Amino acid sequence: MNKTGKLIAVVTVGTLALTACGSKIESSGSSGEPSKAACGTVNIAVNPWVGYQADAAVIAYLATKELGCTVTKKNLTEEVSWQGFGTGAVDVVLENWGHPDLKKTYIEQQKVAVEYGLTGNKGIIGWYVPPWLAQEYPDITDWNNLNKYADRFKTSESGGKGQLLLGDPSFVTNDEALVKNLKLDFKVVYAGSEAALIQAFRTAEQQKQWMIGYFYEPQWFLSEVKLVHVNLPPYTAGCDADPAKVACDYAPFDLDKIVSKKFADSGSPAAALIKNFQWTNEHQNAVALDIAVNKLSDDDAAKKWVEANSDVWKAWIKS
Amino acid sequence: MTTLSAGAVRRAARLPRSWLFGGVVAVWVLLWIPLHGQDTLALSTSELTSLHERLNDLRDAINNTRGSSPVFSAFFDVIREAVDALTVFLQSLISQPAYGRPVPLIGWLGVVVVATLAAYAAGNLRVAVLTAAGFTSFGLLGYWQQSMDTLALTVAAVLICLVIGIPLGIWAGLSDRLHRVLTPVLDFMQTMPTFVYLAPLTLFFLIGPASGVIATLIYAMPPVIRITAHGIRTVAFSSVEAGTSLGATKWQLLRTVRVPLAKRTIVLGVNQTVMCALSMVTIAALIDAPGLGQVVLRALQTLDVGTAFRAGLAIVIMAIVLDRVTTAARDRVEARYRLGPKARGRRRIVLAGLGVAAAVALYLSYTYVWAAFFPGPAGTGVVGGQVAAGVTDASDWVQLHLGAVTDAIRNAISYGLLNPLQALIAQSPWYLVSAVVLALAWIVAGPRIVPTVAVCLGLLVATGLWQEAMVTLAATLVATVIVMALGIAVGVWMGRSDRADALIRPTLDAAQVMPAFVYLVPFLGLFGASRFTAIVAAVVFAAPVAIKLVADGVRGVPATVVEAATSSGSSAWQVVTKVQLPLARQSVTLAANQGLIYVLSMVVVGGLVGAGALGYLVVAGFSQSDLYGKGLAAGVAVVLLGVLLDRTTQAAARRMDAGTRRGRDQ
Repeated sequence: MNKTGKLIAVVTVGTLALTACGSKIESSGSSGEPSKAACGTVNIAVNPWVGYQADAAVIAYLATKELGCTVTKKNLTEEVSWQGFGTGAVDVVLENWGHPDLKKTYIEQQKVAVEYGLTGNKGIIGWYVPPWLAQEYPDITDWNNLNKYADRFKTSESGGKGQLLLGDPSFVTNDEALVKNLKLDFKVVYAGSEAALIQAFRTAEQQKQWMIGYFYEPQWFLSEVKLVHVNLPPYTAGCDADPAKVACDYAPFDLDKIVSKKFADSGSPAAALIKNFQWTNEHQNAVALDIAVNKLSDDDAAKKWVEANSDVWKAWIKS
Repeated sequence: MTTLSAGAVRRAARLPRSWLFGGVVAVWVLLWIPLHGQDTLALSTSELTSLHERLNDLRDAINNTRGSSPVFSAFFDVIREAVDALTVFLQSLISQPAYGRPVPLIGWLGVVVVATLAAYAAGNLRVAVLTAAGFTSFGLLGYWQQSMDTLALTVAAVLICLVIGIPLGIWAGLSDRLHRVLTPVLDFMQTMPTFVYLAPLTLFFLIGPASGVIATLIYAMPPVIRITAHGIRTVAFSSVEAGTSLGATKWQLLRTVRVPLAKRTIVLGVNQTVMCALSMVTIAALIDAPGLGQVVLRALQTLDVGTAFRAGLAIVIMAIVLDRVTTAARDRVEARYRLGPKARGRRRIVLAGLGVAAAVALYLSYTYVWAAFFPGPAGTGVVGGQVAAGVTDASDWVQLHLGAVTDAIRNAISYGLLNPLQALIAQSPWYLVSAVVLALAWIVAGPRIVPTVAVCLGLLVATGLWQEAMVTLAATLVATVIVMALGIAVGVWMGRSDRADALIRPTLDAAQVMPAFVYLVPFLGLFGASRFTAIVAAVVFAAPVAIKLVADGVRGVPATVVEAATSSGSSAWQVVTKVQLPLARQSVTLAANQGLIYVLSMVVVGGLVGAGALGYLVVAGFSQSDLYGKGLAAGVAVVLLGVLLDRTTQAAARRMDAGTRRGRDQ
């Protein structure tokens, strides 16, 4: 017997010996609880930000543990999620930021989706500066003073003007119009992604750099660096009616839930859960922080919150 | 006599060529002074042209008819179901719980041993050991299941690519007409940014494995078709003639002469297709394709560099294993005939042994929990946690301590090179830039390129995104200059020193397959959201190709020539500049061509880190329904820039090559 042969023999004997110990894999079979059949499968779109992930984590946890549903999470961008209402691949969008165009297409025209109430979270959009800047130059949080400091905000990208940094292109922004209509000596620069924007704010705070950019709450990053909101001329109803003439701050968003028509009509207990689901920015931030900073898995973060807040979620499932 | 004078004329004409080039640029700058800012065809970010609106309408029309049209159910649904079935089957084999079991059919032990067996059967003992180590490391990093999902998707996409691509490639190798029709289609498939067709794909093929696989194969199929066609075309004429004279029919000729002789090249095509498929892992995750890409994207949301790197490392390891195995398989195609009977016997014994081990491992991993679930703490794996923490610390340290230096570098390049160049290209009137580009193309590549260039320029104007395209072009040119500087410096070093080659090559492989999303965050920390960050990302991706090509070229210079130069007293610098680089000129021009194309393929990634322009518009089109048409137009503009630059540099290289060959013939 040559060397390789011997080796094989040893390996074979060794593995055979190992089979003596160790537990066998049990077939899970099809003997699921009857409630599973009643609820069925829920397809939740998970849009790419942590706050949304927190919503989805808690809903998925409750739907699975309390209602016995099978939850499928699908990681998708907003646009693609809405398309999923039409093709049947998506049942639920849990945190929708406005999107009147998508509502028109899928709710009014194609009639494949329906609005399903507010999440209770308030979305705030606006211009923000890092905290060190607001501390040293308190008057910077008033837009009237921005031009005074425009020079300090110059970068290699802003063509001799101050730089106003924008992030992910999926948000509707009025910033180019705002800069023009408020006669600010700034240029809008597109960072292109949320990660780029957050990293820019993080560096600016660490190294005391001048920076102003578009940001929003609720967002987990605000618990790491408490960005300061810059006050534009206050929002009044209708002041943003003409996108080209906007000269006021962003309207506060009431984030809402959208579900597919089919799912809304299904009578699934999960549909009732999602309809009743409502919580505060603090609730969401707590779960988001556990996911983003404390590195808990979605399920563990949800479990932690659910165990601590039974009074909140009990109201969602009593139908 | 006539050839001699023709040569003399050509040599005389070559000197003024660089003069002409400089002259055109000088005229351009002079005209720029009075004309800049006029007719730049600028369009603000939210503005749309009628073309963009028409594209939006088209998308809406498709979206609205999806449910009712029989075309969908008859055509797309059939494709989707078939692709889904294949992918889900592979997943249930190795990655996903299936058939009522809490685990896939084959657990980690079975996969590792079977993969090792396959690597040995296709290649040799060395790659078999590499495969075993690589596959085990997926589990150690804590990403066994995600890696298997990625592997299943990649295998599904590659299988489909090969089933369609190899026959098509062979056909294109035989038929000139098909080759001509196919080439622009393949160009389109390779250079069109994936973001542009990602959202429509889910409309046609729904959200699910099929869309992910199809997105991957659109990008991964061209190499195998191209390289197969090339292999069939370059089979020596004498071999084919010998076959014909023996009375072989066309079919026999193909089966017994052409395909066997082209086999080595075809396997190279397979290799490239595998690499391209793996490079799509992260992007496919944007439409819910399962696997390592999901981990990378999710880590990006919280700027978790360590975790993103950990998943990226698993992708790199998978790519290196698959690359080395397919390369070894290619070499075996030749080596097989040379093996002695003794070696062949030994091989057979090892194969049999591994076969038995694989059967045992399959049984164990089907039956026992310990062989099905990879052991180690859930989530972090045995070493994954440490790897992630180490990388996070390193990245934080670098950002904190090198910030001042990196800012200075960015500002130097941006103010010194990029801003002036961008001002010249993007602030000139479009007709001036067009005239200059046509003139320069004529000078470097000859008159035959002019119609192609003119069509590309015309279409660029038609996209309505002329100025954005010019901003992208400026950044692309700067990135390519840096790529070529690195390519020549490092390539020459690698070409002259085996030690340097062995040391650097794995790093280059890793830089090529590491998803850009992994290193974007630390780069953003170092250089801020800027065009320069985009340039750095493009350089990381494109420089390896240029370096490898230059190194191969330098290595290909006959040793006798180098020795002769050295013995005649030339210094190392003289040998490099007067002998090695000039003789490797063809490789250097190829490196420039590939460098450009690879830089262009990073335009969209650049858009994610502050490059703006076309890249940003493509991303915006993917995420905002109003901007869909504009994003599509931006994608087309990227393709047009790619075709323009590729055709011109190729023609210039051919011309240069022809010139030197003629020069040598005299």
